[in-house]
Amino acid sequence: MIGSRPHPHPSDGAVGSIGSSAARKDAPDKVHGRTRYTDDHRLPGMLHAVLVTSPVAHAVITEVRTTAARALPGVRGVLTGRDFPLLVGLYLGDKPPLARDRVRYFGEPVAAVVADTERAAHAAAARVRVGYHEQPPVRSPREALAPGAPVLHPELERYVHIPAIMPEPGTNIGNRTKIRKGDPEAVFAEAASTEVAVVVEGSYSFPPADHAAMEPRVAIAEICADGRIVIRSSTQSPYGVRAIMSRCLGIPPGKLTVAVAEVGGGFGGKAGVQLEPLAYLLSREFGGRPVRLANTREHDMVSSPGAPGLQSRVRLAAGRDGRLLAADIEFLFDSGGYADYAVNVSRAAAYSCTGPYRIPHVKADSLSVYTNHPFATAYRGFGHIEMSYSIERTMEQLAERLELDPVALRRLNAVQPGDTTPSQDELDPNTGDLAACIDHAAEAIGWENGALTRLDERTVRAKGLSCFWKAPAIPTFTDAGALISFNEDGSLNLITGAVEIGQGIYTGLAQIVAERLQISPEEVHVVSEVMTDRSTHDWTTAASRTLFMCGRAALAAVEDAVAQIRQVAAAPLRCAEEDLEVAGARVFIADDPRHGLALAEVANGYVYPDGNAIGGPVIGRGKYIARHLSHLDPETGAGRPGLEWTLGAEAVEVEVDLRDGRFRVLKAACAMDVGKVINPALARGQVVGAMAMGIGYTTREAFEFDSRERVLNGNLRDYKLLRYGEHPEYIVRFVETPQNDGPYGARGLGEQGIVGMPGALSAAFSRAIGVQLNELPITPERLWLALEDAGSPDRVPHPEASQGAGS
Amino acid sequence: MKRYDGLLSIELAVNGERYQASVTPGDTLLHSLRSTLGLTGTKLGCENGDCGACTVLLEGKPVKSCYTLTLAAEGREITTIEGLRETPVQQAFAAAYGFQCGYCTPGFVLNTHALLQRHPKPDEATTREWLESNLCRCTGYETIAEAVQLASESEPQ
Repeated sequence: MIGSRPHPHPSDGAVGSIGSSAARKDAPDKVHGRTRYTDDHRLPGMLHAVLVTSPVAHAVITEVRTTAARALPGVRGVLTGRDFPLLVGLYLGDKPPLARDRVRYFGEPVAAVVADTERAAHAAAARVRVGYHEQPPVRSPREALAPGAPVLHPELERYVHIPAIMPEPGTNIGNRTKIRKGDPEAVFAEAASTEVAVVVEGSYSFPPADHAAMEPRVAIAEICADGRIVIRSSTQSPYGVRAIMSRCLGIPPGKLTVAVAEVGGGFGGKAGVQLEPLAYLLSREFGGRPVRLANTREHDMVSSPGAPGLQSRVRLAAGRDGRLLAADIEFLFDSGGYADYAVNVSRAAAYSCTGPYRIPHVKADSLSVYTNHPFATAYRGFGHIEMSYSIERTMEQLAERLELDPVALRRLNAVQPGDTTPSQDELDPNTGDLAACIDHAAEAIGWENGALTRLDERTVRAKGLSCFWKAPAIPTFTDAGALISFNEDGSLNLITGAVEIGQGIYTGLAQIVAERLQISPEEVHVVSEVMTDRSTHDWTTAASRTLFMCGRAALAAVEDAVAQIRQVAAAPLRCAEEDLEVAGARVFIADDPRHGLALAEVANGYVYPDGNAIGGPVIGRGKYIARHLSHLDPETGAGRPGLEWTLGAEAVEVEVDLRDGRFRVLKAACAMDVGKVINPALARGQVVGAMAMGIGYTTREAFEFDSRERVLNGNLRDYKLLRYGEHPEYIVRFVETPQNDGPYGARGLGEQGIVGMPGALSAAFSRAIGVQLNELPITPERLWLALEDAGSPDRVPHPEASQGAGS
Repeated sequence: MKRYDGLLSIELAVNGERYQASVTPGDTLLHSLRSTLGLTGTKLGCENGDCGACTVLLEGKPVKSCYTLTLAAEGREITTIEGLRETPVQQAFAAAYGFQCGYCTPGFVLNTHALLQRHPKPDEATTREWLESNLCRCTGYETIAEAVQLASESEPQ
């Protein structure tokens, strides 16, 4: 395994970095309000930009009148789409920095006002007059695909895109990923003509939603006199911003520094490129003066991208014994007006399309489709939530049809090493133990005590369980770097390109380094700001791959430093380098630890008693790049897209009032095979936080639209997030099947806790009211309507008819 | 009724110190604290009173500074996160991992601090009533609840 200890250590477990809940390095600053987020920087001469956004979802812009706005005191200028004739895009260059000629979603930025103060900019923004000739909006992916639907990007053919994305010009399809494995049509045909198999089918949907990170996005750009551009941004992707701006704006990457300190929550919403290009373009208009482009909450929710909506259809064939035989799947992702990350989200849903179940014959089409909704980017779970929700709903239907226990059905079909994924990739021996996770989740929720309990004539409690898996949707060459230097006391500094977005990455990395060197994590000082010109290259802090990849890079940097320390110490210790070991802040002869030196005496050069010196500063370099990843075949989807699969199961218990549909989520349990827990408190925090997001996502978080597709709830008053006291009892259990290429056996766990929640909660609510609920969000109102439609509350199945294993 | 207009020079009492500040009648306390006094520990989350990231204490009582005019705070004792040093509440939030990204933390810490001043041993309903005015997107509230519990068990200052 990667990162094993140097040799059995007498104090094994005494330092105990790995597996211990080390204190977060950012705790003192954060509880004292001392952490500096991007918007806490105030630069001399800084101007403030405010966006003017579209009040309609789909329109041709007839005019933009800025005279009245420019006339206000303190206003330096007003820029519109015409000022910036270029397109920017993460994978597919389809978006003008400011809308040009037409707007494609409610909230799309149309103009930017730049002024001395934010207040002046707001005042002027209110006086910009924009003429709109409204067009019929495209309201859903299915509508967008219907014959005669308006084509929202007629120029799609001319857009620049990466090879992995396959847009279909002349349509609203931004990307289509196909999975063709085995011969599903033959299986379905046989199932239709014989009694040996059953087929179930369902359609599912939910509207777009928002990340709602507590810190609104902000970018501050300036251009120095020598042409150097510095952008401070609340980004998860400092290197991504540099690369995309270089590509789309023709900026030499060496001239552009992207700086990010701490980020106030990301959840995917700050990945890729966001406000940075526009902030830069505005600075360029004003002689390179610093320009701060800060979202209001309303702009952050609607103008900046959110989570995609979905329409999906799943058909499953299974034997009478419950063994899955074939799947036929269609995912239609609502990417909104622009493609952004959505074209890769749909790809991720394709390669994971069956969920963690063994299905030999699979056909799937996963599409990213343009509509006139706010555009979508990465969102925690990245296509796997949508996939899991669709599959788990259908699994519930299958269990009902076959009169099988839903948990047993899942256990029967759970993937194992040696099975192949939808992309025909064989699951290797590092694959986690899904069956164990299912057992843990079922046990934690008390599945054996019955899945449905009637408390009194109007109150029921119901349980639901779902499985999930997730592999990071990353480029095949996703990388991470690390540098280690030493201080005079022998403590060390670790530089990476990882961004702290709340996950506690610097603490985790310090523990990994400390473990290898048998020192305290407090002796590992992690540089908590990423600057692209002095940190190490790192793809992006996303996809739950940072601990894995930066952890590997950090371990490699330690090995490099250790080799250099041995080299320096071999002379004064008068031994061969290979006899030396480094541990506990010392370098010593492994078989005779009495002979050694403190790291402090060696790490920056050894000085002999007579003053002669050798060595010099030790600088450990480490790197990691994804192994054996390949592109997906355009026709069959065959390939190896993901670094590792994290498997798990989630279960919930809800209590529903059958009179009015009000409910509480009582318990939420998650069992996940994480390979190895590096820091139990941080790991639990990630999983619990993701489960909480999943509860919100399933039960309330969704944009509401009026008949013209204008967002009605684009603020935190009307867009309801989970609040204190609404949280359930959380139960988290970790299974540890080592990921042998992960640092100390660890694999990604940051997003996964959200993935199974919509499926588990939908199952529980459906069970509670005796109606299959196939749309999100499941609000009290939706439950009430479903109960009304179903007749009366008396229709609820009697507890004796419970679907749980214990019945 | 007192009428205010244009730029006004007023005195603000923040964290036991006196500040002279030029403000306009429309300035919010959030804006004055962050931009005029440079006390950036107070966070902007929504400027609509919905999220509580901007919570400060006015005479010991939590208020949303995005919702409070600076002039309304004149002559009253303002406490921001910079005014709390290693209090039991801060120690508890650190020890219980009661934060992740930290952006909502100043608001939660101040609100909890005020809660425990008023109700040293709050029951669950009281804690909920106080803390449901603040949003946290990262933690799912479990560790915040633990931090409140931990702080309420520590010796009062």
